[in-house]
Amino acid sequence: MRKHIYRTLLAGDLLSWLGVAGAILAVILVLMLMVGAPVGEALQGFWSGAFGGRRYAYLMTTLSRAAIIIGMAVSVLLSFRAGLFNIGGEGQLVAGGLVAALTAILLPGPPLLVLAVSVLAAMLAGALWALLAGVLQLYVGVPLLVGSLLLNYPARYIASYLVAHPFRDVPSGMLQSHLVPQETWLPYFPGTRLDIGILFIAAASIFAVIYSHATLHGYHARLNGLSPDFARAVGLPVKKLALQTLAMSGAIAGLVGAIAVFGIHHRYIDGMLVQPLYAWTGIIAVLLVGMIPWAVPLSGFFFAAVETGAAGMERAAAVPKEIALVIQAVIILFVASRVSGALSVSAERKGADDA
Amino acid sequence: MLDLLFDASFMASVPRFVTPILLAALGGALCERAGVFNIALEGFILTGAFAAVLGSYFSGSPWLGAIAAMAAGIAIGLVFAEFHLRRGGDAIVVSIAINILAAGLTTYLLRAIFDVMGAFSDPAIVGFQPVRIPLIADIPVLGRVLSGQSPLVYVALLAVPAVHIFLARHRLGLRMRAAGENAAALEAGGVSPRRVRLWALVGCGTFCGLAGAQLSIANVNLFVENMSAGRGWIAIVAVLLTRGRPLPLFLIAAIFGTVDSFSFRVQGLGLAQQFTDMMPYLATLMVLVALSWWRKRQTA
Repeated sequence: MRKHIYRTLLAGDLLSWLGVAGAILAVILVLMLMVGAPVGEALQGFWSGAFGGRRYAYLMTTLSRAAIIIGMAVSVLLSFRAGLFNIGGEGQLVAGGLVAALTAILLPGPPLLVLAVSVLAAMLAGALWALLAGVLQLYVGVPLLVGSLLLNYPARYIASYLVAHPFRDVPSGMLQSHLVPQETWLPYFPGTRLDIGILFIAAASIFAVIYSHATLHGYHARLNGLSPDFARAVGLPVKKLALQTLAMSGAIAGLVGAIAVFGIHHRYIDGMLVQPLYAWTGIIAVLLVGMIPWAVPLSGFFFAAVETGAAGMERAAAVPKEIALVIQAVIILFVASRVSGALSVSAERKGADDA
Repeated sequence: MLDLLFDASFMASVPRFVTPILLAALGGALCERAGVFNIALEGFILTGAFAAVLGSYFSGSPWLGAIAAMAAGIAIGLVFAEFHLRRGGDAIVVSIAINILAAGLTTYLLRAIFDVMGAFSDPAIVGFQPVRIPLIADIPVLGRVLSGQSPLVYVALLAVPAVHIFLARHRLGLRMRAAGENAAALEAGGVSPRRVRLWALVGCGTFCGLAGAQLSIANVNLFVENMSAGRGWIAIVAVLLTRGRPLPLFLIAAIFGTVDSFSFRVQGLGLAQQFTDMMPYLATLMVLVALSWWRKRQTA
C-alpha cells in the first residue's frame, strides 16, 4: 500500500495529475475573477506574501506559521498512525497555550526555569486533555472521533473565560492575558524576525519519527493502527498503547501552544489558536501526503505559504484572504481521494468501534 | 431557576433551537443508514445558512431563500458524492475538507458579494414570519410552543415521521438501509449501492440546507461567519447515539435543542457568557457519556 502511495504521488498517471492541477487553478481563477482582482498583481502579491517582504519578513512569517502547522501535523500523525482518530488537537493546543501563558505569568523565578516549567506544564496539559478523550473511548465507549472533537469546545470556552475575567489584562482593553515576562520570550534568529520555536518543532518531529520507526513501542503502536485484531491477538497491551500514544500526541500539541505563546504572541489572546484553524490545517497537512512522515514538513510549509500568500494577495489585490481555506480544501478533495487509502484502516476501525 | 424553565417565552423559544439540530440530524440519519460516514454536517448547514440569506436578499422571499438553501445543500452533497463515492476518497477526509471548504467559501463570498466581514444583516433579507395555527394557539403554554413558529419548524416536525416511514416502507428507503447494512446483497440484487448513497447525500443536503435556513432566515435575519457553531457536530452525536433511527433521534435532538435554548436564556443572569456558550457541548458530551456507559454495561 505504501508503495502504491509513493507511485501515485510521485510518478504515476501524470496526465490526470495535470488535470487535477488544472481544476484547482480553475477554482482559484474563478474566485479571483469574481472580485474583479487583477490576476497578475494578485499572483505577485501571493508570491511576495509567502516568500518575500523586506529582508524576507514575509518568508519568516510563513516559516513561523509553518512551524505551528507542522507541530500540529506531527501531533495528529502519531495518533492517526496508531489508528486513533484524534481530531481534538485544537483543544489540546488551547490547553497547552493557556497553561503555558498562565504558568509563566504566575510563577516567580529565573526566566529559563520559568520557561522550562511552563513548557512542560503546557505539554502536560495537552497530554491530559488528549487522555480524557482516550479514557472516554476506552472505558466509557464514546467514539474518539466525536469525544475528542467535542472536548475542543470546553477548552476553547474555559480559556476564553480565564483571559476574559480572572487573568485578563484589563488596561489593554482586549480579551487577553498579561504579557509573559519578557526574559522568557523565545529569541529571534540573529538578523531575522523568526523565533527559535521552529527548533522545538523540529526536535519534536525528529523525536516522533525516531519513536515511530526506531523504537519497539512506536512499532507496536503502528501495528495496533494497521491491525488492531492482530495486535490484540499477539497480546499487545492495546489500551495502554492507545493511551500512551494519545498522551504523546496531546503533549506535542501542548508544546505547540507554548511555542505560539513564547515565540509569537507573548501572551494568550482569546481565539489566537482557534481562529487560524491551526489544528485542522495540521490534520489536512497530514492527509495531503497520505501520512508519510518525511513529507509532512513539506505539506505543512506548503499550507502555511498558501495562507500567508493569500494574506499577501489581499494586501496587493484585495482578494479576501479566506481564499486560502478554499484552496486548501479543494487540494485535499482532489489529492486525498487518491492517497487516503492508508486511512481506510482507521475508518474500518472506527466502524468496528461503533458496532 | 425552575420557574425560568417553565417560563412561557422560554418554552416558545425551544423549537427554534431544536429545529436546526433536528433537521441536520435527519439528514445525517439518511447518510448513516445508507452507510455514508458523513461528518461534514457542519459544513452542509453553514452553506445552507449562507445560501438562504443570499436567496432571500436577492428575491425578497424567505421561501426562495429556503429553496436556495436546499439547492446549496444538495450541491455540497454532490461534491461529497463526487469525491467520496466516485473518486473513492475516504469519507472522513472528504468531510474534513468540506467543512473547511464551507467555512472558507462562505466567508469569501460574504466579502466578495456583500463586501462585509464577520456578519451581514440588511433589511432586504426577508425572514420567515411565525405561523399562527388557529385553535392550537389558544391552548395555554403549549399553544405558544406549537403555534407561532417558523414554517420550517413544522417541516422538521413532519419530516420525523416522514423519514421514519420512508426508511421503513419506501423502496428507496429500504435500499438505503440495505446499502448501509449489506451493500453486497444490494449489489447482488441488481441495485448500485453507490447510486443509493448518492440519493442519501442529496437528501442530507436538502435537510441540512433547511437547517441552515432556520438558523439564518427564521431565528434571525442575518448571516454570521461560522454561524453553524458546532450544531452539525451535535447533530452527528445525535445520529451516532440513535444509529439513525428517526423517532429516538427526535428525542435526542429535542434534549440538545432544549439545552441550547436554555443556555441562550440564562445569558445575562450574571453567568459568564463562556459558560452559557459551553453548555450545549457539555450537555451533548454528558448525554453521550451516559448513553455510551449504559450501552457498554448492557453488552458486558
